Order: sequence, then structure tokens, then C-alpha cells
Amino acid sequence: MKVELVVNGMPRSVDVEPRTTLVDCLRDNLNLNGVHTGCEHGICGACTVLIDGEPSRACLIFAVQADGYAITTVESLAPAPGELGVIQDAFCETHGMQCGFCTSGMILVAHALFRSNPEPSREEIIEAISGNICRCTGYGQIVEAIELAAQRLAGRNIGVAP
Amino acid sequence: MKAAPFEYVRPGSVDEVCVCLSADPDAAIIAGGQTLVPMMAMRLARPSRLIDITRIPELHGIRDDGAAIAIGAVTRQATAAHDDLIARKVSLLAAALPWVGHAATRNRGTVGGSVANADPAAEIPLVLVTLRGHVVLRDSAGPRTLASQDFFLGPMMTALTPGCCITEVRFPVWEHARIGVGFQEVSARQGDFALVSAAAQVALDQAGRCTACALGVGGATAVPQRLDAVSRVLTGSHLTDVEIGAAVRAATGSLEIMSSPHASDDYRRRAAATLGRRALAQARDAALASTGRHQ
Repeated sequence: MKVELVVNGMPRSVDVEPRTTLVDCLRDNLNLNGVHTGCEHGICGACTVLIDGEPSRACLIFAVQADGYAITTVESLAPAPGELGVIQDAFCETHGMQCGFCTSGMILVAHALFRSNPEPSREEIIEAISGNICRCTGYGQIVEAIELAAQRLAGRNIGVAP
Repeated sequence: MKAAPFEYVRPGSVDEVCVCLSADPDAAIIAGGQTLVPMMAMRLARPSRLIDITRIPELHGIRDDGAAIAIGAVTRQATAAHDDLIARKVSLLAAALPWVGHAATRNRGTVGGSVANADPAAEIPLVLVTLRGHVVLRDSAGPRTLASQDFFLGPMMTALTPGCCITEVRFPVWEHARIGVGFQEVSARQGDFALVSAAAQVALDQAGRCTACALGVGGATAVPQRLDAVSRVLTGSHLTDVEIGAAVRAATGSLEIMSSPHASDDYRRRAAATLGRRALAQARDAALASTGRHQ
């Protein structure tokens, strides 16, 4: 079936079987491998993308259902090839990524959180990422990364404590 | 973990949905898909055809028809959770919605989908049963309204017959001036299915006496249970901790608890009693703190 998506601001047309999930479509048809295929039944959050700006599990929606929707993947967050966005930088600096498998989902959740709540409390950050599993259990640094990114985005460009 | 092949259709009206459903007995309706898609990925469900109802305009929207807040079947849980009308008129639903899955699944999951799925641990069916709400259905014969207690028949079993589509879910509005609600849940991890949950709504008169009271428990039994005995005993009381404790203990003692490997019968019964008591106390305290009309 023909499906028209707007992926990271660009109109993209794909031809997929109805049973192709959005995550498989993004990875296999559009070569966007920043979105990860984890549990494939909606538990882990590794496949999180933004659909019309809202975090959603790309394994729990078939690409045909997303026809006409705007999809945002982690690839859109870098300002230029080879560079990192503010949230991505913060994850590097605080060691918010270990194996990296959950990272793109975590970053997109943070990105969406900042849009509705630019200065979230620690509790709000924890609630926001509660649907995303880090199998390395590095939640402490992930929360720290999101706190750091929030401060930077608010214009308080502080360094990380040594 | 990939779904078996199926056909996909996106009808423009509920009438067309009914036609599609009656043409193919193995077809399934898909709305948010947050339960159906994983079932398909695990091949526990293999519909021949998916009928996507999410873009049908008549199934969207939240409206106040006086006696109830009517929520269109494909209204997303996240939309309902942020809706002002629901917050003011059926605040018990507003209190329960943050417990439904995670933010990412609430962004796609629908109110009608949760009701149709009839998971005994699901929060929206619990609120519907607690408030004695209604489910509006349509099939080729026309629309029908079922009381929630007649709709939920067992775990993942409802009175939906083949060819039926839920169009609306109706949550009754209490007209009392001083209303308070409470919602309590215990689960293995945040956002997981409830092992046990409890929903309570009470109304108080100006003297603090209870004029109406509803308590429901979810997760513990095959379908969400409204504990009518609690309402009978506590209406007219001042909802003291002692009165609440005795009424809830008596009512939960006779519940037919559903077994599962995750929590023993005994645990579920005790959790139902404890959470029921907490939910009622939370509702009472909220009602005492409110001064005027909730609207």
C-alpha cells in the first residue's frame, strides 16, 4: 500500500505491506536507523518517535495507519551532519548513554517534554521517561542529562561538575 | 514478532464499518492499536482485515449532554486526560487516566478501545462500572445502549457481538454540590497493568454527611466490580475511617477473586480492601476540602 508520511519535515512516499510497522518502515524503507527495534510489543520504548509531535511507540502502529502524519525521529535533532543537538550533547556529557539502545527514545521523550514544559522538575522528568526502559539501568545519568539539557535550553549554559 | 498478513481498510463512517464487519467475520476494528498490535505481533490475534476507525469524525469528541459526559469511542486517552469538561464533570475519570499505561501509549490509545478490550485490570472500565456508565454500540440493525454491568462479561469478554462497533462511552455526572474522588492502584512497575486498583466517588452535604457513595475495584476480579454494599452502608454516615474500614472489609470479603501467577488470591483480596479504604478516604478528604459546586 502507498503511504504518504512527513518524516522530519520532508514528505516521503513509501510502498509497504499493511503489516509493516512504522518502526520497520522507518528503518527498512527510509533508512532511518536511529529509531530502534526493541521488544516489538510496546513494552520497552526503544522505538519511540514523535507522531504529530507526541511520543508514540513506532512498533505499535502500522505504517498504513500513520498515513499523512508528521513523524519526528532522532535524526532531526542534530543541527548538521556530524554535530549533536543540545539534548544529545547533554547525554554524552553526563554519561546518559551507555549501550545507546534506549537513547534515541529517551532523547525524543525529553525533546517532547521540553516543548510542553521547558523547565521540568526531577519528578516530571522521571514520569516522562517512565515508559522507556534502559536495560543498562543508567537512569540516574539519563535524568541528569535531561536536567542539564533543560538548563542549557533555558540559557543557563553551565558545565558539568567534574 | 511480526504480524501475519492482513488487509487494511479505512472507512469514512460507522455505517461503512458495520458493512465491512458483516462482510468478513475475521475482520477486526483497530483504533489506537495499543493492545491489538502487540497481540498481532505475538500472533495471538490474526485478523484477516483491519478496519481503521480512528479518522471517522462522528467517533471523535467529548460532549456534555447533561446527565453524562459522552466520549466518542476514538477519543484518545491523552486527549481525555487533558480535557477540561472531564476534569470538572467526571473528575474520577480524570484521576484514573494518568494510571492508564504510559504517556506514549495514552497518546495513541483510545477510550473506546480500552472499553472494548475489557482487560479486568484496566482503569477506564473500572471508572465506567463504578459510576454506572453506559456503552453505546452500533451494528447493521442500528444503535444500542448497554449498561456497563451488562457490557463486561469476563476477562477480555464483552457483550459486543460480531458486527458491532462502540461509538460512544457515557460517564454519568453527579449533580451533588460537594463531590470528591479517589483513585488508588498497585502494580509491579509504574505504568504496568494494575494488580489491584480502586476508584471511589463520594458526595457530602454541608454537614459533611455522605449523600452518595460509589466504590469499585479492578484487577482483583474477572470484571471490574462496583461494591454496592459499601454504598448502602456508608450513605448517610460521616465516612469516618472506622466506618469506611468496616464497610470495605465486609464487601471485599465476599469478592470472587481472580487467580493469577503475579499475586495470590489472598494478596489481591487484602489489596482490594486496603486500596478501597484509601480511595474512599481520599474521596472524602477531597469532598471536605471542596466548598461549592464542582462545575
